[in-house]
Amino acid sequence: MKRTFKRGGVHPPQEKHFTREKPIENPPLPERVFIPLNQNLGAPSKSVVEPKQEVKTGQIIAEPTGFVSSPVHASVSGVVKSIGYRRTSVSPCSLCIEIESDGKDAWVDGVQLDADAIDFSHRESFLESIRAAGLVGMGGAAFPTHVKLSPPKEFPVDTLIVNGVECEPYLTADNRLMLEHPGEILQGLLAMKAVLGVERAFIGIEDNKPRAIAAVREAVGKTPGVEVVTLKTRYPQGAEKQLIKAVLGREVPPGKLPMQVGAVVQNVGTAFAVFEAVARRKPLVERVLTVSGQAIREPKNLRVRIGTPLKNIVEYCGGARDNLGKLIMGGPMMGKALRSADVPVLKSTSGLVFLDKASSLSPPECGCIRCGRCVLACPQGLVPGELARLSEAGAFERLADALDCVECGSCQYACPSNRRILHLLRLGKNEYRNLQKEKQTA
Amino acid sequence: VTETPGKNDAASAETRDLVLASSPHLATTESVRRIMHTVWITLLPACLLAGYVFGYTAFLIIALSTAACIGFEMLFLALRGKKWPQVRAEALDGSAVITGVLLALNLPASSPWWLVLIGAFVAMSLGKHLFGGLGNNVFNPALVARVFLLISFPTEMLDYTPPVEDFAGRYDAARADAVTYATPLGKLKEAARAGGDAEEVARIREEIRADYPLLDLFLGFRPSGRASGRGRMGGCLGEISGLLLLLGAAFLFWRRIITWHIPVTFVAATALVTGIAWAADPAQYVNPLYHVCSGGLLLGALYMATDMVTSPVTPRGMLIFGAGCGLITAVIRLWGSYPEGVSFAILIMNGLVPLIDRATRPRKFGESRRIWRSAT
Repeated sequence: MKRTFKRGGVHPPQEKHFTREKPIENPPLPERVFIPLNQNLGAPSKSVVEPKQEVKTGQIIAEPTGFVSSPVHASVSGVVKSIGYRRTSVSPCSLCIEIESDGKDAWVDGVQLDADAIDFSHRESFLESIRAAGLVGMGGAAFPTHVKLSPPKEFPVDTLIVNGVECEPYLTADNRLMLEHPGEILQGLLAMKAVLGVERAFIGIEDNKPRAIAAVREAVGKTPGVEVVTLKTRYPQGAEKQLIKAVLGREVPPGKLPMQVGAVVQNVGTAFAVFEAVARRKPLVERVLTVSGQAIREPKNLRVRIGTPLKNIVEYCGGARDNLGKLIMGGPMMGKALRSADVPVLKSTSGLVFLDKASSLSPPECGCIRCGRCVLACPQGLVPGELARLSEAGAFERLADALDCVECGSCQYACPSNRRILHLLRLGKNEYRNLQKEKQTA
Repeated sequence: VTETPGKNDAASAETRDLVLASSPHLATTESVRRIMHTVWITLLPACLLAGYVFGYTAFLIIALSTAACIGFEMLFLALRGKKWPQVRAEALDGSAVITGVLLALNLPASSPWWLVLIGAFVAMSLGKHLFGGLGNNVFNPALVARVFLLISFPTEMLDYTPPVEDFAGRYDAARADAVTYATPLGKLKEAARAGGDAEEVARIREEIRADYPLLDLFLGFRPSGRASGRGRMGGCLGEISGLLLLLGAAFLFWRRIITWHIPVTFVAATALVTGIAWAADPAQYVNPLYHVCSGGLLLGALYMATDMVTSPVTPRGMLIFGAGCGLITAVIRLWGSYPEGVSFAILIMNGLVPLIDRATRPRKFGESRRIWRSAT
């Protein structure tokens, strides 16, 4: 029987047909890149280059400033033009390093781009390779990978789960990666398994990707301790807590981390990057993303350099259609609507979705009719409609439950009144945290 | 070297005027309008049958009630300071139509026009807009109106004499000659009052059996009824056919507008309590199927108790709500002074919904199992 998580969830239209069959393409190198220094969850990195300095592809340009922080590397070879504040998708002003490409794409020494296997006799150096390569979670959260792979002793981890769910509509980047590089993903998985010292690992894939499942199954073959799990398609199965529930049947308690139930979850994109970091010593300077939607002329799956301005990508994909209404970084359920295409690709950018005007304007909101669909949709067992009501009324002190919200948006998706439930929940969550802080300082 | 923030704001021409909103960027195609309109459309078969059984006055009552509800809805929306386009949009969102149709289905065929108008006024004022309009009302508006009328105008509300014209308005001898117009539940109450007199009880029970066979009650009509001239269905417009109500509700179930929780527990609880009474004393009490098929039980369980606004939001809450409705209905029917208890039962349980919702909040993901979550 196919596994899935037990409660809540919705079935938004999948819309993966735009790019499902399109192999990953390598667009030409951008003439300049803007690499933000706050790409990981945790402390931002600190620049170690000067303007006019020459850099090679893969060279460190910013050092981490703590344990929960990652280095940043030049994604093209060329000259540092400027270090300054720019608009990014994360913030209206993030510190970015601008590099003008020399077009040569000359890599730093030590990178072996053609290495095709991990040497497992050096497993004690894996974690350092992963850290040095600047790896962060590529599913969207951008949590530094090395931190997740070094759980403290008090939380014994027994299982690694590789997340190939890709439950966001439109996105097919992980799907293509699994189809085209299953062997590399498996090796990345084995490397992480070695780092964690766990006996078993799972790769969870939803049943709307039968070819990816077949490809990964074939690559895995009879590898001991690795199992491919077919999951029943259901949003938000790719959310860490829901995936752990679906695969292992374990529930992460409110306010706790997955490692506290013995599980570590890593995206397939991260697994691939781990392979590259360990086998090829290649830092995270590029990633696969999906460019899709009704309002982009040529939807594609692309391998792009971090820091590439979105404008270049739009151009490579034939340009946006006139009916473009919304540009989303990430998937349409959890992604961010952008003000313009004048921002760079991040390590965590899993896709760009171009919605047409008709689907961009949400229908007018009306009052809650207490239909209870948000309750049925919530995978976290909350009563989103009531929390939204409290948030709207400013009763933030009663919003403790909002902290358990994973912001998957299922409630708002399901709401026939088009209430901005998640919006109000986010507001309530922040205000509740502020109240807690005030209480602590008082 | 540090550039000032905002210097690079100029968006490329292609991507100007983009819509900015927080996620999610997709929404279901379901809407309040679609839900509301679907609900009243599924009541149409029952309305048509009302016309067949009670004649064209049934249609007049349904039309008047619906029009009046929409009219009063507009009036109250305007009084609450809304502007015309919004007043029109909200009055036609289907919720006022549902209230109108349900109110009519809760009235007897002999209702005078003013009774309908008062009902519509009460439903929209006391029932709905005093609480703040759609979504904020605590009690089901149509039931508030029905109970208001029942208490204020008992003679009119309990007069089940159908009009003597047939559907085309012609004088119908069969209707005029019909022997009994009493509802089966009214008869049962009569039997209960005669509790001490076993012979009398037996006589009334025999009469019910002859006038209202169980199958006829469930179907709501009997083609042969006219010829025999006996036992025309008595009751409110919407109480006559369990079958058609079930068909309509089945569609709502398929469209996922209602769930099984409330109707099933409602009917089951009524059947259970009346069944226990029947098992204990079959001479005094009728069999539970009879209770299920008669009166407003199915209308109430399928269409009134399932009103989203006035029922719990959690599945477990719905189970409690439905069971409570069924229990109270059975108790009123068996031992209360009114023959029918569905409306009172639903209204009482409506009042308990906030408490039920609090007590049945779902178990949070990752939280240990607890049956009763403290309300914080």
